[in-house]
Amino acid sequence: MEVTLQHYLAVAAMLFTIGVFGIFVNRKNVIIILMSVELILLAVNINFVAFSAYLNDVSGQIMAMFVLTVAAAEAAVGLAILVTFFRNRGDIAVDDASVMKG
Amino acid sequence: MPDLSYALNLAASELTLAIGALVLLLLGAFIGEKSARLISILSVALLVAAAAVAATGPLGQAFNGAYVADPLAIYAKVAIYIASAFAVVLGGGWMQRMNIARFEFPILIVLAAVGMGMMVSSGDLISLYVGVELHSLALYILAAYHRDDLKASEAGLKYFVLGALSSGLLLYGASLIYGFAGSMRFEDIAAYAAANPGPGLIFGLVFLICGLAFKVSAAPFHMWTPDVYEGAPTPVVALFATAPKMAAMVLFARALSEGFLGAHDQWAQVLILIALASFVVGAWGGLAQKDVQRLLAYSSIVNIGYAVLGIAAGTEQGLQAMVMFMTLYMIDTMGFFAILLSLSRNGRPIRKIADLAGLKNDRPLTALAITILSLSVLGMPPFAGFWGKYYVFGAAASAGYWMVAAAGLVASVVAAFYYLRIIKLMWFDAAPEGTAPTDKAPVEAQWIGWACAAFSFPLVLVGLTWLEPLTRIAATGFGAG
Repeated sequence: MEVTLQHYLAVAAMLFTIGVFGIFVNRKNVIIILMSVELILLAVNINFVAFSAYLNDVSGQIMAMFVLTVAAAEAAVGLAILVTFFRNRGDIAVDDASVMKG
Repeated sequence: MPDLSYALNLAASELTLAIGALVLLLLGAFIGEKSARLISILSVALLVAAAAVAATGPLGQAFNGAYVADPLAIYAKVAIYIASAFAVVLGGGWMQRMNIARFEFPILIVLAAVGMGMMVSSGDLISLYVGVELHSLALYILAAYHRDDLKASEAGLKYFVLGALSSGLLLYGASLIYGFAGSMRFEDIAAYAAANPGPGLIFGLVFLICGLAFKVSAAPFHMWTPDVYEGAPTPVVALFATAPKMAAMVLFARALSEGFLGAHDQWAQVLILIALASFVVGAWGGLAQKDVQRLLAYSSIVNIGYAVLGIAAGTEQGLQAMVMFMTLYMIDTMGFFAILLSLSRNGRPIRKIADLAGLKNDRPLTALAITILSLSVLGMPPFAGFWGKYYVFGAAASAGYWMVAAAGLVASVVAAFYYLRIIKLMWFDAAPEGTAPTDKAPVEAQWIGWACAAFSFPLVLVGLTWLEPLTRIAATGFGAG
């Protein structure tokens, strides 16, 4: 069986969905949310690289590089905010982030 | 091979800010914690200089179409940089009073301003994404800036999680658009979308719209707004409510009107749905609020609905209405938050709406300013907010969206309740027995608040005569570069 563009897109769509569900369904731990965000970005990267190869156009791969860079910066910022939250609250369960109703 | 110096000249305002921010960072690191005041002053100077550079710079496209300097971008940039400068001024005084003065605060605002400048100038999906992330990452940190405060760090965490999710949605949409249209550039996408707006492209477009709606806090993607407005430090919220909203709205307009004009029928439906949802959530959600900043969050959701309606019209008139509305709204909101910063009792900021009772005895001028700003945001003629809505409704009606404009009117009648309640509390209710008088107001917050209020009422009538041609040029020269 040959692996075509559709297969890559299907994998990416599945990873994306898992990531989105990971953010909404998970009620336990904020670290899992960070991992889900990472999963979403990587799903998008699969999309970009697959389209780039399919279209014979390099800009998709350039975008993938940017996404990787930004994902690293985003993880750094996210963990830093998580540390300040942990210092104030002493816990990082999702349900604890509820001082303000919302 | 296009000339690099031409390209760099075109992007001079972002370069000024980016290099300036790095220099200030080094300066702050060398001088140490005592430098907060100096760095604040230099940051304001840098932002004003960047606004001047942007205003006098050339028009054109650079970096293979990834960077566009058209009149709309330049107009938005000047507004964004000036609003950021006001936020630096407000934040500097606030940090001093809270004893958390650190030099990183103004630098983060400058870095966010670089990202917002990139957003309004983006000509393809790569610069769109990089601009959005550059400003978001700085804003996440600013939201959690008061790091010993539980509410602020919770606000930062919520903003980060939902912001990262929205970036993911936006990016997934961008990847689909790239795949189906075969190009990152808005021009090529527009050519493709006009010829064959297939389901794949529209699917990607809807994801892109969802991601951007998160950034402008339009319903149904508004859930972070009330919490972040309540928890984050007030000067940071003053920034959130003004400059990034303007940047994201202009980016919204650019991506849709430049990249997808051929598919207007498809995206106009989505935008109208978003506008209607924002009217409902913002107007009715605000009725039960007790915290002033939370109330302003709902007020911003309604107002973003009007701006989205301007884009949905899809015409030059609609674009002009959106830009005009956002400019007037930015001035009103900046004034509101400046006044909130200037009010405190016994060293604690006034945050409950009920605490405003009887303000007229204590601070008649400030009460008057709040009254003017409230009437303006609710859209009472001849205050500033009315003119913004006048343009938006006019554009929506002439594009054939009568019913939506009528829904917007209903929403502003409902929302009028919560503004009028503030006015009633200040002028007609007495403060409860034993309420301490308000503290002496910080000079800069008070003057910025009064100046914005003065603009909202008498000055706007003069201001409109030069805002009108400016916004017209911004809207008509759109994309031409």
